[in-house]
Amino acid sequence: MVISNKPLRFILVALVACLPMLSFANAENEAAHTQTETAHEAVAAGHHAEPTDVKSKIKAFIGHHVLDSHDFTLTQDDETGKYYGFPLPVIIWDNGLHIFSSAKFNHGHTVAESKGNYYAINHHDGKIYRTDASGEITEDEKSGHPTNVRPLDFSITKTVVSIFAAALLMFWLFSSLAKSYAKNGGIASGAGRIFEPLVVYIRDEVAIPNIGEKHYRKYMSYLLTIFFFVLFLNIFGLTPLGINATGNLTITFSLAILTFLITNLTANKNYWGHIFWMPGVPKPMRIILAPIELLGVFIKPFSLMIRLYANIFAGHIVLMSIIGLMFIFKSWIGSSLSFGLSFVLSILEILVAFLQAYIFTMLSALYFGSAVEEHHHEEEAHH
Amino acid sequence: MEIPNIVGAGLIVIGAALGIGRIGGSAMDAIARQPEASGKIQTAMLIAAALIEGIGFAALFAA
Repeated sequence: MVISNKPLRFILVALVACLPMLSFANAENEAAHTQTETAHEAVAAGHHAEPTDVKSKIKAFIGHHVLDSHDFTLTQDDETGKYYGFPLPVIIWDNGLHIFSSAKFNHGHTVAESKGNYYAINHHDGKIYRTDASGEITEDEKSGHPTNVRPLDFSITKTVVSIFAAALLMFWLFSSLAKSYAKNGGIASGAGRIFEPLVVYIRDEVAIPNIGEKHYRKYMSYLLTIFFFVLFLNIFGLTPLGINATGNLTITFSLAILTFLITNLTANKNYWGHIFWMPGVPKPMRIILAPIELLGVFIKPFSLMIRLYANIFAGHIVLMSIIGLMFIFKSWIGSSLSFGLSFVLSILEILVAFLQAYIFTMLSALYFGSAVEEHHHEEEAHH
Repeated sequence: MEIPNIVGAGLIVIGAALGIGRIGGSAMDAIARQPEASGKIQTAMLIAAALIEGIGFAALFAA
């Protein structure tokens, strides 16, 4: 019965996976729209010190997109200098709490004043620095890093907003799902028909084979959370909202830290035994293996962090560069080619969004499995 | 003579592509031989590919 249901479930999942494509068409139109304006205005002299030729404008646009930002800009009009979006709160600790709206920065064009201190956004890294009233940011000649003081920044940035959105969405979605199960006598209804196969897949294909029947239950909540969180943020990143949360090293760092902590805090003595005193190999080898294995403990979450970040980051850059080609070629053949290419790439990016969420969950499960693994050799001898 | 970073990046990509290509090809062979084990083979393939990819990206950032 279950087997005969499976193809249907997969078709449902595939259909849902295709849904974001609708927004893709929009994303391209919108990006194309904004960039046409950018291209149009390339000839006219830009206000302030921003690049004026098409190539460096596209470069700057992509550079701004992949960075976190202090205001949520959906699109901007270069002609009138108008921004469409909303400002976000800035929370700074700099010998006292400073809270003000990022509208004070005027999208990085002006200096914000708060309780006698002046702050400005650096154009290169999008971060807030303490400045004087003129907003001058001095740069170190050797490294190119600003020498200004950087206050502790707890601001609700664009990435933070998208995390909150994903968290709220997940909380609402899955708690209402749980309620619908109770109402329906344990049968999925509505959105549950889409998410149930994914949840069952994580349990049956990821958690149980990697962690084992005995211990998998206590890790399930984390695995499901991480899978849907990464998946939702990846998908958010492909919408026209222009969010790049999982392509941000700090986000993937915190996710990897969680996996690292859970692995090492729930590990049994076999796990540590395998690290510091590897059984089954000659004694001198054990001494050599110990530091390597210890290093592996840190390399595992590090590679989790880098993998997710690099995949999403590279995907965004490649996609936007290909859309940007349109404005460099400025001919019908170039733009149709770049449209087709970016369309195909967008579909590939959906696959990557699912794949990276899956791989993150899968490898986390693998590490948890190694942490709670029982002693095998004796068990085999018994049977 | 100084070798530009981009050459290193190219070498990394070639290496990673060869590695992932081999994994994919071997997985295809294995699935053709034992179609009933395709689920397990795919999982193992994805993990191995992810590990190579991780190293590749780490090296790309260093380059």
